[in-house]
Amino acid sequence: MEKSDVKIGLEVHVQLTALKTKLFCSCPSDYRGKPPNTHVCPVCLGLPGALPVVNKKAIDYAIMVALALNSKINEKIIFFRKHYFYPDLPKNFQITQYDKAGGAPIALGGFLKINVNGKEKIIRIRRINIEEDPGKLVYPTGSIITSPYTLVDYNRSGIALLEIVTEPDMTSPAEARAFLNKLRSILEHLGVCNCELEGSMRADANISVAGGSRVEIKNIGSPKDVEKALAYEIVRQKQAISKGVTVKSETRHWDDLRKVTVPLRVKEEEQDYRYFPEADIPPIVVTRDYIEKIRKSMPELPDVRAKRFVKEYGLTEYEAQVLVMSKWLADFFEEALKYYSGKPRKLANILINDFLRWIHEKELEPNSIKAKPQHIAELLKLLDEKVISIKILKNILPEIIVQGKSPRKIILERNLVRISDRETIKKIVLEVFMEHKKSVHDALVNEKAVHYLIGQVMRKTKGKADPELTHEIVLEMLEKVRKGELKI
Amino acid sequence: MITEELMDHLAWLARIKLTEDEKREFLRDLNRVLEFFNEIDKVNVEGVEPTTHTALLTNVLRDDVPRKPLPQAEVLYNAPEKENGYFKAPKIL
Amino acid sequence: MSVKAYRLEALEIVRNIKEGNLSITDVIEEFLERIERVEKKINAFITLRSKDELLQEAKIKDRLLKEGKARGLLFGLPIAIKDNISTRNLRTTCGSKILYNYIPPYDATVVKLLKEEGAIILGKTNMDEFAMGSSTETSFFGPTRNPWDLERVPGGSSGGSAAALASGEAPLALGSDTGGSVRAPASFTATVGLKPTYGLVSRYGLIAYANSLEQIGPMGRTVRDVALLLNVISKHDPYDGTSLKVKRPDYLESISKLYNLHRKVKIAVVKEMFEEGVSREVVAIVGSVVNKLVDEGFIVDEISIPIIKYALPTYYIIAMSEASSNLARYDGVRYGFRANVYGDWNEVFSETRGNGFGKEVKRRIIMGTFALSAGYFDQYYLKALKVRTLIIREFKKAFEKYSILISPTMPTPPFKLGEKIADPLAMYMSDIETVTANIVGIPAISIPAGFTKGKLPVGIQLMANYLKEDLLLTMAAFIEELTGLRNLIAEV
Repeated sequence: MEKSDVKIGLEVHVQLTALKTKLFCSCPSDYRGKPPNTHVCPVCLGLPGALPVVNKKAIDYAIMVALALNSKINEKIIFFRKHYFYPDLPKNFQITQYDKAGGAPIALGGFLKINVNGKEKIIRIRRINIEEDPGKLVYPTGSIITSPYTLVDYNRSGIALLEIVTEPDMTSPAEARAFLNKLRSILEHLGVCNCELEGSMRADANISVAGGSRVEIKNIGSPKDVEKALAYEIVRQKQAISKGVTVKSETRHWDDLRKVTVPLRVKEEEQDYRYFPEADIPPIVVTRDYIEKIRKSMPELPDVRAKRFVKEYGLTEYEAQVLVMSKWLADFFEEALKYYSGKPRKLANILINDFLRWIHEKELEPNSIKAKPQHIAELLKLLDEKVISIKILKNILPEIIVQGKSPRKIILERNLVRISDRETIKKIVLEVFMEHKKSVHDALVNEKAVHYLIGQVMRKTKGKADPELTHEIVLEMLEKVRKGELKI
Repeated sequence: MITEELMDHLAWLARIKLTEDEKREFLRDLNRVLEFFNEIDKVNVEGVEPTTHTALLTNVLRDDVPRKPLPQAEVLYNAPEKENGYFKAPKIL
Repeated sequence: MSVKAYRLEALEIVRNIKEGNLSITDVIEEFLERIERVEKKINAFITLRSKDELLQEAKIKDRLLKEGKARGLLFGLPIAIKDNISTRNLRTTCGSKILYNYIPPYDATVVKLLKEEGAIILGKTNMDEFAMGSSTETSFFGPTRNPWDLERVPGGSSGGSAAALASGEAPLALGSDTGGSVRAPASFTATVGLKPTYGLVSRYGLIAYANSLEQIGPMGRTVRDVALLLNVISKHDPYDGTSLKVKRPDYLESISKLYNLHRKVKIAVVKEMFEEGVSREVVAIVGSVVNKLVDEGFIVDEISIPIIKYALPTYYIIAMSEASSNLARYDGVRYGFRANVYGDWNEVFSETRGNGFGKEVKRRIIMGTFALSAGYFDQYYLKALKVRTLIIREFKKAFEKYSILISPTMPTPPFKLGEKIADPLAMYMSDIETVTANIVGIPAISIPAGFTKGKLPVGIQLMANYLKEDLLLTMAAFIEELTGLRNLIAEV
C-alpha cells in the first residue's frame, strides 16, 4: 500500500460537561437552552474587580483525562493569560496555559490507539491544557458577513474546557474521525463529558499534503464534520498541487452550509498573545500521591473494558471494540446480559448488526432510544425458544427501539408468534402446493424450486412459520408427491 | 528605541486609537520611559527565578457547588446597547 | 457635645454613639455640614450619597441603637471609599471617563464587611485615573486639592480619601496602594495610611490596576483608627484566590499588648532611601523623628540595600505590564463609555479606548503592551520579575536582623498642582520610597513626621516583615505619641 502523503493534526476542545459549575466561578454550568445572560456573575462577565477561583473538580477531571491518555502530568499547574480582543471574550484575555516562560500545560505527551479497517495505530498527544470557554456570538442576519451588529450571550463564558492537541500522526480523514470517536468514548467512560451535547466537542484541524504548507481549518462543529472537512481540503490541496499552484499556509473556515473550506476573510494579524502568568491564581501543586488516588478511583477505560469483554464473554476483539466505542452501547450490552443467560456473542451480534445499524440509519440520538436492555434480552430469549424467527425479530426490533414496547407485547399485538405446529404448517404447505403446481413438479428435480416453495409458505404465514420445520415438511410432502401418495 | 511604526503596532495591539497630537507627544514620552526601563539592564539576573506571586499560596481551590447567578436585568443594566437579553456589540466584519 | 463630631477620632465617635452621647443622625448631619462647607474647595468626592439617603440610613440605625440591636465595630460611623472599590448600586468610576456611568451590581468584599459592622458609606472619593498617579491630578473629574494648601496636590492615587480625612469630611477612609497610593497621600496630608501585607485584605471588588502589587489600605487620622479599620477589612476571603488564610490578631488590642515590648525592636534606616532625589527638608524632618527614637533608647542602624536603585524601573515595568492586561476589558460592550462611531469591532473598540482613557493611562497601557510583546518580553517583563526576586531576597536578609525599616514616605513635601504632571518621569520619581513594599509584598505605614517651614506635611514610613502589621502599628503608635501629631484637621 502506498504511504499516504497527508499529515493531519487535531486540536480538540472538550467541555467538562460533568462539572456543575464553571471553571473559575460558581455559576451553574447547565446553560444550554436557557435565555441569554442568565448564567452569569461578576467573574465570568469580567466585571471590574471580580477575581477567578479554580474549580477543584475540574483539576481532578483533567488529571483523569491525562491519565487515560497516558500523558505525563505536571507537578505544578500554572495559569497564564492569553490576550486578544474579541466581543465574546469578556476580559479580552483568556485564562489558559502556556508552555514557555515558566509555564507548563497540565500534561505533556501521551497517546491513544485507534483502529481503522482492522489496522491498529498509535496517535500521539502533544499536550493537554485546561482553559475557559468564551461566550457565544449570535449574528442577527444569520451570517457573520452581513450582520450589521453582533449579539453576545455570556452564558457559556467561563465553562471549563480541556484542550487536547495531537501530533500530526493521522494520515487520512478516516483516522481523524477514528481518533475523535475513541477520544469521545474515553471521555464518556470517564464520565467527564457528555459529548452528545451541542458544542461539547469542537475541533480544529491542521493538514498538509505532500510535504506542503500547513493549513489550519477552524470552526468544525462535530467529529462527523471533521472527516468531511478534511476530505474536502485534501481534494482542494491535491488539485492545486496538480495545477502547479503552491498551497499557502493559512487559516481556513469550514462553511458547514456549503460544505467547503473558505479562507478567513478577517486577516489573521500576526497574533501576539502576550502570554504572561495569571497573578490572581496561585500555582496548584499536584503530588504523586494525589495522582495515584485519582488513578485508583478512575472508571474502567474502553480498551480495558474491551479486553474484559473478550475474556469474560468470549467476544471477538472487533465485536468488543464496536461495543465500547459508545459507552451507552457497552452499558446496554452488559445490562442486557444480566437478563439473558444465553450466548453473549449472540447478544453482541444482534446489537452490533441489527440494533446499531438501524439506529445509525435513522440517525437516532441515544437519548431517543426507548428500548431497554431487558427488552433485547427478552427478544433473544424468544428467538432461542423458537417463538419467533430471526425474520420476525428484525421486523419488530425498530418498534422496540422507538417505542420501548416489550417484545412479548408486540408479538401478541401483531400476532407474530412463530408457527411450529406440524399440522398447521402441513395445511399451509398443501395450500401452497395447490397454488403452485408447476413449481412443485420443478421442485422434484430442481433445488431452487424447493426454496421457492418454502418462500411461499413464509409469505403466506407472514414469516411466522418455523423455517426449519417448514423445510422439513415441504421435503416430506414432495416425497409423498414423488411416491404418488399425494396427488397435485 | 520605540519607532513610530512600533508605537502604531503597540497601539493597535492595545486597541487604542491615538490622535496625531498624541502620537507626537507619546513618541517622545514613551522613549523616555523606555530609557528608564532600560536601567534594569545593569542588573545581573543569571540563575534567578522570576517571582509572580509574593503571597506564597498554593492550591486555592473551590468546591463544585453552584451558586445563584446574577439576574439578567442586573447583568445588562450597564450595557450601552442591548437587545432581547443580549449585549449588542459592533459587527465583526 | 461641645466638639463637633467631625473633629473627633473614629474610635471616639463609635464610643460616643454606643454610649448614647451622640446620635447617629447628629453625626451624619455634622459631617454633611462640613462637606457642604469645604468640598467645593477640595473636590475630594466623585460621588456623594444624597442627604436624604444618608439621613434615612442614620435614622434607621438610631432606632436599632435605641432597641439595643446595634451590632458592629463601626456602628453608625461614616466612611469614605476610594472610587476603584466596587459598591453595589453606587456609581464606581475609577476616576475615568470610560467608567463615568458604571453602577456595579455587587459589593467588594471589604464593602460587605464594612456594612456588616454597621458603617455608613458617605460616598466615593477622587483618585488618579485607574490609580495611575501620585498626585490625584489625572482624574477625569478634576484634581483634588490638598486641604493644607489648596494650591498643592494631596498626593495620589488615593488623594480624595486622604483629603476627605484631612479636611474633616470623613473620620475613616479606604484607599488602595499599588506603588504607594495610600502612603503618599497620607504623607502629604498629615494622616495615617497603611498598605497591608499582600493577601491580608481581600481584593475582590478592587478594580485592578496591577494585581500582583496592590492592596486595599485603611486610612485615618490616628494610628488606632487605622487599626480599628484593619480589624474589619482584613478577613480571609474565598472569593479572592490570593487571600491569605492565616489567623489575624486583633490589631487594636495588639497595640496595647506589644507596647512594652517595643524596646526590643531593632530599627534600621536604609541609606539609599535618604539619598538621591530626597529633599533636604524631608531628610531633616524624618531624621529628627529617628533621633527622638534613639533618645528613647532604640537601636537604629544604617544599612545599605543597593538593589533598591532598581526598584522604581522594576515596579513600573511590572505595573504597566499588568495594567495593559487588567484594562483590556474596557471596550464599551458590557458597561461604561462607548464611542459613538459606526464600524467593526476593532474600530469601535479603538475609538472607545482612545477616547475614554486619559493620557497617562494610555501611555502606561502602551508601555505595558511593549514590555509583554514578543521580542521584548524576556528583556523587560521577565527580567523585571527576576529583579523582583533579588529585591525580595535582600529584604529577607534585612529582616533577619531588623524588625522595622524607616524611611521618608515621599522624597519631597507636597508639590504644586501642575508642577510635575507634564513630565511623567518626574511624577514616577515621587514613588522611589514607596514601591519597594509593593514589590516585596510586605506591610508599610505612613504617619505624620512633621511640617516644613512652609507648613506643609511630611510623612515618615515604617516597613516590617510579612504579616507584622501588629508590630508596625505599635511602633507607629509609639512614634505618634512622641511627635504628638495625631488627629490633625486642616482649617480649609
